[in-house]
Amino acid sequence: MDAHAPTRTGGADTAHSHPTAGIYVKIGIVLFVLTALEVGLYEMTYGERAGAFGRAIEPFFVAILLLLSAAKFALVAMYYMHLKQDHKLFSGVFVFPLIIAIFVIVGLILLQAYHFAFARSG
Amino acid sequence: MSDHAHALHLETSTGLDNRKLAIWTFIGSECLFFATLISNYLVNKGKSLVGPLPHEAWTSPTGQVFEPIIEIPLVTVGTALLLFSSLFVVLALAGAQRGDRKALLLWLGLTLVCGFFFVGMQVYEFTHFYHKGLTLRTNLFGASFFTLTGFHGTHVTLGVIWLLTLWIEAFRGKIPPAKSLNLEIAALYWHFVDVVWIVIFPVVYLIR
Repeated sequence: MDAHAPTRTGGADTAHSHPTAGIYVKIGIVLFVLTALEVGLYEMTYGERAGAFGRAIEPFFVAILLLLSAAKFALVAMYYMHLKQDHKLFSGVFVFPLIIAIFVIVGLILLQAYHFAFARSG
Repeated sequence: MSDHAHALHLETSTGLDNRKLAIWTFIGSECLFFATLISNYLVNKGKSLVGPLPHEAWTSPTGQVFEPIIEIPLVTVGTALLLFSSLFVVLALAGAQRGDRKALLLWLGLTLVCGFFFVGMQVYEFTHFYHKGLTLRTNLFGASFFTLTGFHGTHVTLGVIWLLTLWIEAFRGKIPPAKSLNLEIAALYWHFVDVVWIVIFPVVYLIR
């Protein structure tokens, strides 16, 4: 069967070719480096040998970690889960609940913060 | 879908394979499931009245000292293994799609090894925490930590069992390229378990 021809059983999702093994390995290396960076930043900020650099980045530590985490998440979803190549409906089915999930997390944190800051004190 | 259904070339209203759409819908619902567990962990973060605590030492009223309980090096190894397993399973899928049975068995086998080690790491960690005095009922950290990571660990365990059955099928030569979607669906679940850990790792272990 032509690799680029859509099939009725596989559907349009099989109409796009997936990345090569080389791309997968490169993505794997990037994921590993990003994880090492996360742990390295943690050690530099809170580890036994934390120094001036760690103190300088401490106010941004959470933001940096969330950015690195988001980058890793996106790489796995786009390349390993093939969302970049597959039918857009799959992206929609995944991203829509993901956006709701982010709202749930942020909403509950804000609600709890409000409770402790104002509501509990009356 | 059975072989018979494949042979009939059944059409779907979306033009997409129903099983693949189903696993993506399931993964979407799982996003919400883990969002509630992560929210639960975050809103209870730092509100434990008694130790042991994740990053700080705690002394009880009786003078007993509890050291910080989180061990970053151990979990970093587990995280790396889970990331590598995602790479291995996608290489196994590539092997299955081009009919390379040796590559399929090798990469899927390595995925399983990584999965087993990750589950083993989590069992060791939970046991270690228990011996250090942290249980599900000790404090808010214990309750939210064990609930979040426990549910994730359960998902990993189910993924390992699923992939193991596929490895056995592949070993018997029952996953030809035409049936590679069976592995692709399991791989999507496995990648999702990985991306959940990508969020849990910094939130639970690195952010103070």
